[in-house]
Amino acid sequence: MPFTLPKETYSGKINEVKIGSIDIGGENTLPFLSFEGTVAKKPIVALEVQDVVPQDWPEALTKIYGKVMKDPVVWAKFCETELKADAICLRLAGTHPDKENRSVKEAADVVAKVSSSISVPLILLGCNHAEKDTELINPCASACAKPSIIGKAQEKNFKTFAAAAQAFNHYLIALSDLDINLAKQLNILLSQSGFPKEKIIMDTMSSALGYGLEYTYSVIERCKLAALHQNDNMMQMPIVNDIGPEAWKAKEAKADIAEWGDTEKRGILWEAVTGITFLTAGGNFLIMRHPEAMKLVKQTVNQMI
Amino acid sequence: MALSGIEIFKYLPKTNCGKCKFPTCLAFAMKLAVKQASLDQCPDVSPESKAKLSDASAPPIRLITIGTGENAVSVGEETIMFRHEKTFYHTPGIAVVISDKSSADEIKQKVDKTVKAAVERVGQHLKVDLIAIENESGDPQKFAEAVKLITGLTSLPLILKSDKIDSLKSALPFLNGKKPLIWAANETNYHDFAQAAKENGCSLAVYEPDLNKLSDLVEKITALGVKDLVLDPGALKAKDIIEKFTIIRRSAIKKAFKPFGYPVMSFFHKSGDSMMEVMLASVAISKYGSIIGLSSAEMWKVLPLFALRQNIYTDPQKPMKVEQKIYKIGDPDKNSPLMITTNFSLTYFLVAGEIENSKVSAWLAVQDSEGLSVMTAWAAGKFSAGSIANFINTIKAAELVNHKKLIIPGYVSVLSGSLQEKLPDWNIIVGPREANAIPVFFKNEWK
Ligand code: B12
Ligand code: SF4
Repeated sequence: MPFTLPKETYSGKINEVKIGSIDIGGENTLPFLSFEGTVAKKPIVALEVQDVVPQDWPEALTKIYGKVMKDPVVWAKFCETELKADAICLRLAGTHPDKENRSVKEAADVVAKVSSSISVPLILLGCNHAEKDTELINPCASACAKPSIIGKAQEKNFKTFAAAAQAFNHYLIALSDLDINLAKQLNILLSQSGFPKEKIIMDTMSSALGYGLEYTYSVIERCKLAALHQNDNMMQMPIVNDIGPEAWKAKEAKADIAEWGDTEKRGILWEAVTGITFLTAGGNFLIMRHPEAMKLVKQTVNQMI
Repeated sequence: MALSGIEIFKYLPKTNCGKCKFPTCLAFAMKLAVKQASLDQCPDVSPESKAKLSDASAPPIRLITIGTGENAVSVGEETIMFRHEKTFYHTPGIAVVISDKSSADEIKQKVDKTVKAAVERVGQHLKVDLIAIENESGDPQKFAEAVKLITGLTSLPLILKSDKIDSLKSALPFLNGKKPLIWAANETNYHDFAQAAKENGCSLAVYEPDLNKLSDLVEKITALGVKDLVLDPGALKAKDIIEKFTIIRRSAIKKAFKPFGYPVMSFFHKSGDSMMEVMLASVAISKYGSIIGLSSAEMWKVLPLFALRQNIYTDPQKPMKVEQKIYKIGDPDKNSPLMITTNFSLTYFLVAGEIENSKVSAWLAVQDSEGLSVMTAWAAGKFSAGSIANFINTIKAAELVNHKKLIIPGYVSVLSGSLQEKLPDWNIIVGPREANAIPVFFKNEWK
């Protein structure tokens, strides 16, 4: 029986997102299958910066960022120049009503400063409190020095987000709750509100290794299958995985438990394995915290493209 | 490839004699198609038809078992490309490679470390499954000694890693009846290796990076009568892992390409860097790898792989759940804390584990939430003030403790008010959000 390559043809293609030095998506095959099509542009990694000093980051992270954490501008510069992140993700965690409840004005100030001090693209995220994010987004979107990626628009606040992104020429991250139908529905709602579908990046919600990773994994795979096989243009947005908050919450990532071996390496791997697994499922873009975890992901990706 | 009832029917005697306990041959065929009957039930099916049917209904990827007894590792027999389509069945075996160049002491230490690399997670015992002994010395004598030493130390199934027939022959006598996997037959040695595998009842890995040549080699080896094969296409880089493993899996499942109807494997022990080794092993676990070789078994290294393997191989159709009831953690009495949570296995085991860590005995009431986590269940309306109050009343929690304090998960603190109304005699206490804060919570707030 002679062997023939079991190639598949796909009728669809993932949208390409180009913004500054970021160039992702564009693939017309399942992840990294270069024998049958054009593989995605290299997935990229953004490092996360916050507007306040995070209280729940483990030592593996504070060891690296301890000195720069007090000032988001210094922190962002450090990620860009020292750690060579492809992009900077600024999470306005301090604006959350349960945390410091920082004002919209304070937030917009931070955004303006960070955005103008870096040359790699900015990903601007709210605090994941739908109402507060709604208040924040327009002023913060306008404070960005150049076109950026802003998020996360959810079903509750997508109109405000879409308007802000359009007004200031940004890309938009659309977050849905781990369900392919909800992901598609949000893309449809955004499109119907007049937002160009080519400027949407999907966040189908990330869960951590050992804590529901398989749900995210399968949702990503299903999105890519729908996009490529069924040529569903409401599923062809590149996918972002915001893994830091989830991966670093896992006990295995931070607990000093002697029988589990070196805590720091374990934590780095917890984040890196979570990340690479989502990329093998079809993710195009990761938001991460640990520079070594980022390096591991990149080293692995470099072997694939 | 699965056959339809109609296709199976063509091969049956069509006499409707009823000996199979079904009214007609067609009815029997329909049951066979959904695997609710076995072909043996029909005494009259001809040997030729039987051969055709069993050939056609054989799983697209052969099940391979390495080792014997309770430590035996079975891999293969997968039926799909994507886990959401049904489920992945046989979790990949993780192997640690030990060189025969190591001293006896080094070997002992490494075996010991490998055997101890285990953990309980979500009710499952997760461990390193196999030991691969590598004939790095090239010396048959040394290889045999290492094999002998290791069989005396552990009952984990073994992989004999040598491409030299002399080495293999000197080691095999120590493994009589133990069904190791031999790694590997290649273009030059396959005659001898196939013979050795057959004589000793072992499964045989076939190593060949070129997929065209691999398929030829597999056909030559099966023609020699060896059926239990594992394919090693030399996938050492991430790209090869994804591409070659996908090509092999797809050929087997979608094209019924027989030469590739076997589990696949790769050794990453020469990756040089332990962290990268874990990354490559992760890619192999999510992308169809069935046996994965590592250089060592430090817990920080294998723990992420254990978790990934467990995640990827859970059945997407049924969330793992535990029974609804009050669980005793430690040895609780009437003064012990009472906590409530949902019946998602992961949730239960994390919470129970942290209560154990705290060294405080407690009652853990687990409410049926259809296997959903706390917040998911809350969002889905399966863990509400009403359902919790109902549960607490029906299980007569009030008779278990005399303090009448009920601790609820921090993530559902919003429920405390309405729950207090529904359980007026109780004192509702909001616990911490994350389970790992339970020990501190008990220390500071449980008086
Ligand atoms: C995986 C997941 C799913 C899976 C289900 C997994 C499962 N078996 O439950 C799926 C895809 C099915 C799903 C569906 C939905 N989900 Co969901 N899901 C998640 C996700 C990513 C992880 C959940 C998980 O497994 N956590 C791990 C377990 C162990 O956590 P846990 O049970 O909370 O237990 C921890 C603590 O609570 C604590 N704890 C537990 N018990 C106790 C008890 C006491 C006394 C104490 C002190 C502590 C304690 O210990 C544990 C470890 O720290 C979360 C986001 C997240 N990262 O949390 C969203 C999340 C829970 N989902 C959410 C939602 C909204 C939904 C849906 C309603 C959305 C939809 N798609 O329609 C559906 C509802 C399901 C349904 N049947 O209708 C929301 C809930 C929002 C909220 N709180 O307001 C979340 C938070 C996502 C979000 N939007 O931010 N989901
Ligand atoms: S026993 Fe065989 S021949 Fe008789 S009815 Fe059943 S399938 Fe048909």
